[in-house]
Amino acid sequence: MSLNYEQAVKKYEPTLGLEVHVELNTKSKMFCGCATEFGAQPNTQTCPVCLGLPGSLPVVNKKAIESTILIGLALNCSIAPYSRFARKNYFYPDMPKNFQTSQYDEPICVNGYLDVEIDTDDGSKSFRVEIERVHMEEDTGKSLHVGGSTGRIHGADYSLLDYNRAGIPLVEIVTKIIPNTGKYAPQVARAYVASLRDILRGLKVSDVKMEQGSLRCDVNLSLSEINSGKLGTRSETKNVNSLRSVERAVNGEFVRQANRLASGERIIQETRHFLEESGQTRPGRSKEQAEDYRYFPEPDLVPVIPDSKWIEELRKSLPEKPADRRKRLQQAWSVPDKEMSAMVNAELLDTVEETVLLGADPTRARSWWLGEISRIANDRTVFPTELISVKDVYQIITLINQGELTDKLARQVVEGVIAGEGSPADVILKRGLKVVSDDSQLMKAIADAIAAAPETADRVRGGNIPAAGALIGAVMKATGGQADAAKVRELLLKHLGQ
Amino acid sequence: MMIRESAASMAAALASKEISAVDLANQHYDQITAVDKDVHAFLYLDKEGALAHAAEVDKKRAAGEKLSPLAGVPLALKDVLTQKGIPTTCGSKILEGWRPPYDSTVVTKLKSAGIVILGKTNMDEFAMGSSTENSAFGPTKNPWDLTRIPGGSGGGSSASLAAYEAPLAIGTDTGGSIRQPAAVTGTVGVKPTYGGVSRYGLVAFSSSLDQAGPCARSVLDTALLHQVIAGFDPKDSTSINQNVPDVVAAAKKQDIKGMKIGVVKQLSGNGYQKGVENKFKESLDELVKLGAEIVEVSCPNFEYALAAYYLIAPSECSSNLARFDSIRFGLRVGDDGSKSAEEVMNLTRAAGFGREVKRRIILGTYALSSGYYDAYYGSAQKVRTLIKRDFESAFTKCDVLVSPTAPTTAFKIGEKTNDPLAMYLNDIATIPVNMAGIGGMSLPCGLAEEDNLPVGFQIMSPAMKDDRMYLVGGALEATLNNKWGKPILDFAPNLAASK
Repeated sequence: MSLNYEQAVKKYEPTLGLEVHVELNTKSKMFCGCATEFGAQPNTQTCPVCLGLPGSLPVVNKKAIESTILIGLALNCSIAPYSRFARKNYFYPDMPKNFQTSQYDEPICVNGYLDVEIDTDDGSKSFRVEIERVHMEEDTGKSLHVGGSTGRIHGADYSLLDYNRAGIPLVEIVTKIIPNTGKYAPQVARAYVASLRDILRGLKVSDVKMEQGSLRCDVNLSLSEINSGKLGTRSETKNVNSLRSVERAVNGEFVRQANRLASGERIIQETRHFLEESGQTRPGRSKEQAEDYRYFPEPDLVPVIPDSKWIEELRKSLPEKPADRRKRLQQAWSVPDKEMSAMVNAELLDTVEETVLLGADPTRARSWWLGEISRIANDRTVFPTELISVKDVYQIITLINQGELTDKLARQVVEGVIAGEGSPADVILKRGLKVVSDDSQLMKAIADAIAAAPETADRVRGGNIPAAGALIGAVMKATGGQADAAKVRELLLKHLGQ
Repeated sequence: MMIRESAASMAAALASKEISAVDLANQHYDQITAVDKDVHAFLYLDKEGALAHAAEVDKKRAAGEKLSPLAGVPLALKDVLTQKGIPTTCGSKILEGWRPPYDSTVVTKLKSAGIVILGKTNMDEFAMGSSTENSAFGPTKNPWDLTRIPGGSGGGSSASLAAYEAPLAIGTDTGGSIRQPAAVTGTVGVKPTYGGVSRYGLVAFSSSLDQAGPCARSVLDTALLHQVIAGFDPKDSTSINQNVPDVVAAAKKQDIKGMKIGVVKQLSGNGYQKGVENKFKESLDELVKLGAEIVEVSCPNFEYALAAYYLIAPSECSSNLARFDSIRFGLRVGDDGSKSAEEVMNLTRAAGFGREVKRRIILGTYALSSGYYDAYYGSAQKVRTLIKRDFESAFTKCDVLVSPTAPTTAFKIGEKTNDPLAMYLNDIATIPVNMAGIGGMSLPCGLAEEDNLPVGFQIMSPAMKDDRMYLVGGALEATLNNKWGKPILDFAPNLAASK
């Protein structure tokens, strides 16, 4: 027996929980002054504190606390007037102190929620995802296992350790159980992570680059037979690092568990890893025997007691919620739902808004960024703004509106700017792309066209307007396509007494 | 020869250019050469670095630069504080070969005050012990009697003072490791208020209890050193951001008329050596003669202090010592290419830690385990709160509290090594101070009649009122020295002369 997703969701209902780890973009680490830049030479951003050298002591980065409070506020959490760090004790070579300094039973933010919308068979539907806690912790170093076939520690010849990441501030956002998602569990999971990412981006507290690991998601999922009222055993799929993967991981894990249950097997409580290629998960270390982390309050740090005035200031500084902003912009720009979604999914909302704020027409801004520019960007697998600036696009749109460029010419200007030929003005000048709007130049071309085809001109004079097409074509040809066809038509007909 | 002088006298002689810092350091190195093969106070001597630093101080003085009061005076540093480039072992094999790449804040302050660090002193491994017998490099001997222990964990620092190998020393005190060695060697040692001296660079045993402090042969010298090392440090989150009380002025004041001195009822009686109690009582009489009022106070929860301490300290140590795993520094055992990282970690820790350290790691690991945490670590923290309240209530009735520092004088080497509980009991009077985070001093108050060995008098002061113990200590020291006709160490055998 092998159930597919559609069959699985008819028989089982999911219990979903998500843990998201976010690397904050603070300039320095959680407990020391080391830089946090991504991709630096291994072990160049370290000091006695983040290397856990004997005698070193941690000092909390205030900016990290600020960022965490902002996240908590944006997720409608209450901010604890008193919270503490604890030590999570376990041995691992890339963990310098062999304990991780993390918040445990006294987190800084608790009891929030985030509403997410997904498309269902019955149209758009909102799900409330309740947030259990938002807490701070430090990241570990990175192990690179050399030799062997799998890149994993087993079978490796030796391992290299990079402690640049050790001590980078992490915020962990843990949901409560998300109930009643049914067959939409994968979409809800994805929408939640996507909304969370938008919020974090709006707060400017993280780079939220899933592919670089600055935002990673653990998916907790268990299944129970529909209406059984029982909770199943859960698995935890670690470090899922794209939105699409979050959706696929829930889907894949749903199907896997359903098939095990359907064939009478039990679910093992374990950590699993998501496989990008197949969309399946594979087992990691088993959690059958609960690990004892021997948590206790970190004696090297004092409790975090944020000033209530400070919290209120932070609350006032919160940016508009992404969902509210979307609604506002959609209305202001009169964008249909589908186009709005396209813009959001392409992550071009900010870019389009910036272009509009410079003075561009919203419809043109949207169609240029999502059309021609995105097409080229997709071909080159880069983000559109890496090809051309918002300012250049705004200038091009302005020239179109002023009749200085036609859409066809504008495409060439975009092409030129992307090719590095300079600003739109430079490209127009170098490529000689100006719309021919000078009446005398056009009149000469019209006169030439009439002289070359006097019978056609007579027919037009006689009232045969469609015959003008041939003359207009000739004028356009003579001007190298740079004339505005409508203008040519107008002048020509006038000249011929029509 | 100046080595038997006080640090204050040495400082005066240096200031008047009667002696150079280089000569003063050399005199101490000569003494170390003469006696340390017997005493074994030092684990490492940095003669080259010390003499270079001394020469620098001399040069500055010659150039007329303004120097801090103790500039050029030598010091012995407990081997649990990091000094850049100098081996730091914590008395353990597991740190073999490790030269820290940074200075502890205490060392930074010593260096900038021009104090010349002669070398690193012996200690019980990771400061766990009361005799230095737990050092992986062999015990330190008590200069009063080489068959006896010099106390611990800071036995090396105190012995170096008593043997005139250094006039100043730095110790650390988690449950009495400064005060008990001071008591049994006839020297002075102070555990400042928790947070009064930065712990940055102090290799942690028990983070919430550890405190570095000054050791010397007189109360004034101790105060002078206290003034140098104390103060807020942004690198230590638990450091207190307040002005350091003027301990030097207090040590000099010599006026305790009208002060109320509380005697802790629970810190006497059963388990206390007769001679220790006698010397303690005689000292109380002296304090009364000086115009102080003696009041008896009760601290009922002190009864549980030792038990609670042996849950909190091992719990924190089990976590603090996890970093000694062979991966980034120190000893590595069994890395022959056939073993996993975990196996190498296990082999290294098995070979690198001594018995007492392992005992405490196991104890602490157990106490923090899920299911036991509340009963052990949780209860111990509650006891800690009760002890703090006992002190708070006692300090409403008096300005300082006093007790014998240790229940006995120096015991014989080997006497208690097989009886950890008997060893632990030696800290019964010092531990409450650490549990409450307040200040404590030990100064000599005479020789016990049974064995002619020094007895320590402990003075405890409220948090950030460290000046009070210097005030009482300074006055008591002066009157006792007067009574004896000379400082107590002059009664000790002369080690160098006997050779």
